[in-house]
Amino acid sequence: MKRILIFLILYFCFIGEVLAVEITRAVMLSNSCAACHGTHGKSPGEIPAINGKSSRFISQALLEFREGRRSATVMGRHATGYSDEEIQLIADYFSTLP
Amino acid sequence: MNNYSRRKFIKLMAGTGALLSASSLLTSCRKTASARVVIVGGGFGGSTCAKYLRSFDGTLDITLIDSAKRFVTCPFSNMVISGMQTMDSISYGYSAQTDRGVKVVHARVQDVDAVAKKLTLEDGRVLGYDRLVLSPGIDFKWDEIEGMQVSDAELIPHAWQGGAQTTLLRRQLTAMRNGGVVIVAPPDNPFRCPPGPYERVSLIAHYLKQHKPRSKILVLDAKDKFSKQALFMQGWKELYPGMVEWVAGSNGGRIDEIDVAARSLYAAFGDAHMADVVNFIPPQKAGVIAHRSGLTNNDGWCDVDQRTFESKIHKDVYVIGDASVAGAMPKSGFAANSQGKVCAAAIVSSLRGVAMPDPSYVNTCYSLVSPDYGISVAAVYRHSKEKGIYKTGGGVSPLDADAAYRLREARYARGWYDSITMDTFG
Repeated sequence: MKRILIFLILYFCFIGEVLAVEITRAVMLSNSCAACHGTHGKSPGEIPAINGKSSRFISQALLEFREGRRSATVMGRHATGYSDEEIQLIADYFSTLP
Repeated sequence: MNNYSRRKFIKLMAGTGALLSASSLLTSCRKTASARVVIVGGGFGGSTCAKYLRSFDGTLDITLIDSAKRFVTCPFSNMVISGMQTMDSISYGYSAQTDRGVKVVHARVQDVDAVAKKLTLEDGRVLGYDRLVLSPGIDFKWDEIEGMQVSDAELIPHAWQGGAQTTLLRRQLTAMRNGGVVIVAPPDNPFRCPPGPYERVSLIAHYLKQHKPRSKILVLDAKDKFSKQALFMQGWKELYPGMVEWVAGSNGGRIDEIDVAARSLYAAFGDAHMADVVNFIPPQKAGVIAHRSGLTNNDGWCDVDQRTFESKIHKDVYVIGDASVAGAMPKSGFAANSQGKVCAAAIVSSLRGVAMPDPSYVNTCYSLVSPDYGISVAAVYRHSKEKGIYKTGGGVSPLDADAAYRLREARYARGWYDSITMDTFG
């Protein structure tokens, strides 16, 4: 009886939470990227996918875009809107996505 | 109390305590579980909001209402008008929403009662809500144009809402003679998709150049300047020399009267213009339901707290997309997608009684000047109490770019469309 009760409590508590994305500052920033790079960074077309890339790769690319050291079209302009700290949060976030 | 009963009593107390703490845990965990969020409008704003609400909280009871079974996007509709794509390629159903447990209702909303927190559908059904999101897009201010009413759009299409209007303008262009005149008349600010009319001019020119090269396009603008103006004009000169003439509002471009039967447009200063095909894009306001719900300001748009998109008029009602006043953000499908995500986070945070982290918003609009010639504008936005939504970065394509750069942007425009439609409708 007790086990069933515990199971039910856990079930109701976590059924909706297991798959839920926690609303963090990194998520608020990174969701902006999804419209071009695809939901969770998985791009279906011409624009590069960014999910699962290393944090170092993403942050370096964004910093180079921002400083005009990397060939770009629209990303050189987008990157100007983010601070170093924000770039790191975005890079860390996409690096964790499968 | 003997030993036996004491043991029994302690056990009972412990059990009751466990049950009590469990039930309080259950209550706190399920605080959002019974919360009903109703979203009206299944375009870029509403569909994105439903998807991200579900991703933030799997327990919410989410209903998405749109009268149409399929949504036709305005982005890339200029490709359909110029014959480069089919209507099917810009139409999206709602199966992805139902797959993730969002209830999709195809009906018109008659009325919103923001005090009783319920809305009534045209078929009489009543839906209660804890949070309501309106993403109704635009409606037109027909009364500002003398001689024109809603039904006249059957003769003079605006094609500024995807669907039958898109097909109608396409049909009129294909039926036009070689050597004909097309008038495109964009409205004054603010309106849906600021670069849209000028991409339309470009892609109609692309069609005419191939099929009816003696034809001309006259752009009668209500404004004196427009989005990506230098880039568009450079492209027109390069790709369609002598075909496109743009008239600024103060130079006789602003139209205030139309003779629908004669396809004649009258400028404020009395100049008359006739054409074979007229694409008059009327001045705009928030979609019908925003007005019926009493959410609009004197200009016809909805004032919101730009951090959360909650209406300044009604509590627990949120307005996103073209209908809202969103500071420095333009009215675009992309902006609506961005706002849908922020609004979803704001709603889940408010239901849980926690603070939402600072929002970040974005806009990226590609325009095709030809199939191989793309230009873009991009911006990143933040929010402050004093400034509302303000721009922190971004910019437009450079004027001195070479053909390879324009080609890359044309390809990215297609990738942009693939991604944003997947992020919104997939």
